[in-house]
Amino acid sequence: MMTRKIHPLLIAGTVLVFMFLVGPLIIVLGAALSDTTYLTFPPQGLSLRWFENIFEIDAFRRTIFTSLQIALLSTSIALLIGIPAAYALNRYRIQLPGWLSTLFVLPVLVPELVLGFSLLKNVAVQYNSPIYISLLFGHSLLVLPYVIRVISASLAAFDFSIEEAAISLGSPPLKTFFTILLPNVRSGVIAAFILAFITSINDVSISIFLTGPGLSTLPIQLLAHMEQFFDPTVASVSVLLMILTVAVMAIVERTLGLTFLAK
Amino acid sequence: MTQALALQSITAHYGATQVLENLSLDVAEGELVSLLGASGCGKTTTLRLVAGFLQPTSGTITLGGRDLTRLPPHQRNIGLVFQNYALFPHLSVADNVGFGLKQRAISSTDRAKRVGAMLDRVGLAHLADRLPAALSGGQKQRVALARALVIEPPLLMFDEPLSNLDAKLRIDMRIEIRQLQRANGTTSVYVTHDQEEAFSISDRVAIMHQGRIMQLDTPERLYQRPANAFVARFVGFENLIAMSVVARDGAKVTAEAAGGLPLTLSLEQFGEIPDRFVLACRADGLAVTDNAAMEGIPATLGLRTYLGRAYQYQTSGPAGTLVANGPLTRPLEPGAAVKLVPVPEQCTILAPE
Repeated sequence: MMTRKIHPLLIAGTVLVFMFLVGPLIIVLGAALSDTTYLTFPPQGLSLRWFENIFEIDAFRRTIFTSLQIALLSTSIALLIGIPAAYALNRYRIQLPGWLSTLFVLPVLVPELVLGFSLLKNVAVQYNSPIYISLLFGHSLLVLPYVIRVISASLAAFDFSIEEAAISLGSPPLKTFFTILLPNVRSGVIAAFILAFITSINDVSISIFLTGPGLSTLPIQLLAHMEQFFDPTVASVSVLLMILTVAVMAIVERTLGLTFLAK
Repeated sequence: MTQALALQSITAHYGATQVLENLSLDVAEGELVSLLGASGCGKTTTLRLVAGFLQPTSGTITLGGRDLTRLPPHQRNIGLVFQNYALFPHLSVADNVGFGLKQRAISSTDRAKRVGAMLDRVGLAHLADRLPAALSGGQKQRVALARALVIEPPLLMFDEPLSNLDAKLRIDMRIEIRQLQRANGTTSVYVTHDQEEAFSISDRVAIMHQGRIMQLDTPERLYQRPANAFVARFVGFENLIAMSVVARDGAKVTAEAAGGLPLTLSLEQFGEIPDRFVLACRADGLAVTDNAAMEGIPATLGLRTYLGRAYQYQTSGPAGTLVANGPLTRPLEPGAAVKLVPVPEQCTILAPE
């Protein structure tokens, strides 16, 4: 068998990149487990008390719930708008002007802080809308481009004559959409869901403007906590968020395989 | 035979571009009519209009006396076979074939029976549980055919169904399609750009060009008696020679091309011969001779190519650029002065353009 000699510099480079990617995660995990009352690494003493602390602080309990709720609702709204939009953009690609699909991803190009601030000024303040509604609206807008982008990608591979075949066999157009089209872009829809969910739950830039008295999201609460305390609670919350993300990814990997995310 | 499908004065547009111009077409019960032409001629547009995926600007479409023009596509009850098969990727072969029956609320036992019988007919019963991705191109097209036939539609339409298959399979499949169509007596419209395919399986062929039907006729008549220069060129009459009548004598007519060639034609073969006409001949219908004593169109030989059964010559002369075939026994050299002699039996005449 032929053995290929790997250049030592390549090994060193790989290790460096790996450290760069994984290092911060290890530090956060270590800091979260530290028994000290301040953030430190390596951890001094091992304890889960900072994890318990998250649930003892009322604000964290409430914001975790709010974050999950907002993420779930905004993702659902984005899917409800994004799936038909992506469908129309792909189905009528030839008839529609080319800039239209670009228009739908524009919110990604606007700095999120700008988006957040203008939403605050022009929606929340202007119409004096309830905080919850403004926040939900902002998050839906934030994740919509991702949903359209990902579903468009899987619709690009969809042959619309399949839809015509179903219609010619007597299936009405709306029914065809659910029985023929959706099952064939299922992986795209799931990928869009995950991407949107994670984007929403980690968002700071928009939430910081749209949260208000009595209603906050987890990352914003985290920020507020960090300003006052420098204890390992923030690290513990970060670890929880990581576990949540990894869990979601693991479920996807189990059910669909991660490769479809790269599509 | 009663008329099944009728298109009357159909005009259609894509935006501001007119793609069909006052097109009329009748297809008789049980007949297979092909729409033949190059891409952009309007053949697929015609099919999509009948299927209901496009709306005509004006004109009507009727099927078995029922006006389809404004009916949504899912209520038209037309079987469609697509170029890229268009099978449902997430459904098994049996479920693909049964899809149309399911829409018609046919009970699952009855459905299974009819799907089974149809899969037997196309020889795919053993693949009923497979997904389309596990099938070959030919098998996929059989499933598509079965799926369209099982709903027993009054009209079956094919959109370039064999274009994605290799040459050998194409020939097998077109025979299979024709046999199934004949056996069921299903009125059919078949869209293709392949002349041999269209001629071999159709009762009649409509040759289309720029949104119009140039000629609708049996393959035999199209091949031997094209109605105009476009169809003549399309079916392989390479040489269109302008001629004028110089003498008439009973059933015999003598005509001349530019540069000479008194040619005697019989009215019996060509029917009426106008004073000015175009003689259309294939390369095979134009004999090459270097015998200076022969009566013929004078020409100079250009490039010689080998066809296997004959040599083909590009020639030029007072009658223009012509293509003629010569015997294998005597290859002639480029530059030779020759005479081109039309063989009347292999020629046809057209009105001048």
